[in-house]
Amino acid sequence: MLRVDVSRQLGEFSIEASFSSEGRVTGLFGASGAGKTSLINMIAGLLRPDRGSIIIDGETLDDTAARVHIPAHRRRIGYVFQDARLFPHLDVRQNLDYGRRMNRLADDPAQRARVTDLLDIGRLLDRRPGQLSGGERQRVALGRALLSKPRLLLLDEPLGSLDEGRKVEILPYLVRLRDEANVPMVYVSHDAAEMRQLATQIVMLRHGQVTAFGGVKVLSAPVSPA
Amino acid sequence: MFELSPTEWTAIQLSLRVAAVATLVATPLGIAIAWLLARRDFWGKAVVDALIHLPLVLPPVVTGYLLLLTFGRRGLIGAWLADHLGIVFAFRWTGAALACGIMSFPLLVRPIRLSIEAVDRRLEQAAGTLGAAPWRVFTTVTLPLALPGVLAGMVLGFAKAIGEFGATITFVSNIPGETQTISSAIYSLIQTPDGDTAALRLVVVSVVIAMAALVASEWFARRALRRLHGN
Repeated sequence: MLRVDVSRQLGEFSIEASFSSEGRVTGLFGASGAGKTSLINMIAGLLRPDRGSIIIDGETLDDTAARVHIPAHRRRIGYVFQDARLFPHLDVRQNLDYGRRMNRLADDPAQRARVTDLLDIGRLLDRRPGQLSGGERQRVALGRALLSKPRLLLLDEPLGSLDEGRKVEILPYLVRLRDEANVPMVYVSHDAAEMRQLATQIVMLRHGQVTAFGGVKVLSAPVSPA
Repeated sequence: MFELSPTEWTAIQLSLRVAAVATLVATPLGIAIAWLLARRDFWGKAVVDALIHLPLVLPPVVTGYLLLLTFGRRGLIGAWLADHLGIVFAFRWTGAALACGIMSFPLLVRPIRLSIEAVDRRLEQAAGTLGAAPWRVFTTVTLPLALPGVLAGMVLGFAKAIGEFGATITFVSNIPGETQTISSAIYSLIQTPDGDTAALRLVVVSVVIAMAALVASEWFARRALRRLHGN
């Protein structure tokens, strides 16, 4: 259960969003500039809300009234960025292992095998990020986030930097992730087709405000993307 | 002609020791300050930046004299260190190392700062979301990616320390076997009749060391670029 009720001023732009979701995949849908990335940066702890609260499964991560702000590294929230952000000085194996090391988790070869199989990255383990294609990089980033054993996974337009062909290549992995990985996700996109395939609940965002919330059917409601 | 005399050897060895100690002690401090300047905004940042660069623009004899005033036997800090910790800088090789460390500090800090600034902050954010506390982000992401810059800074600082003359001779004088580095040995030899050949030998040695340092520094810088592109 994710409950978000925050506001934040960013220059001229302001975000005021409130929603709660129990869906396996919460889709944050909106045009670019709607405030989607700022909103999940707040969930991740990378951006501090001016006011409001963020609560996951009863644990308060942010509450400005009570002056609570758990820093990003203690939230156990995985984040897959649009630009992958793999560590260039580490090979794929070390990238995948990074979250486990930082969280001082016990080595879990079974889990590692499961994730590398799920994402089909077993043969990339010895490569450096500079030697991967965009799609491969994004799959490794997914694996890296999963292996840190997050309680929530944020995906910020993970297909955004890929061309059409690559998108089709990655999408099935995301569907498998949703059905098999057992981690709730918040999926950010401006692509309605992606949302229909992946999301179980939709939060529609426009000019920093939530304009609609509900099942995938809210996507079909007549909206004019800003 | 190319045979080095014992005095010359002593001067070369002393120079290497002084420069090595100065560089090794200055590096951790240099990394800390480079990180502060690259990543933090704080009150007085411009002053810190200026203070570090001061030895670069002050006449070395002034820096040396200021060192004598503060770290000399009767100096404010020097007297305290001698009385409480038994550390004496004045007219010792340790003083030469201190002078060299301060004179080379701006050259040491600059490449480190630039390489830390070049590290993508978004990678540091990513490390945070994977559970790395700020200190571990620094040791596992920022520092490894900036490492070639750190090495380049160390090489440059070392080369500068080897060649330092003005501040060193002002602060710790020119005592063979204790504070007579290559530079001050050359200076003495030039003042001596028939010292030309010996001086020339030491000149060749210092040119070789300086060239090697520049080549090494360039090599580290090129490695840094490759590392950041992830190949």
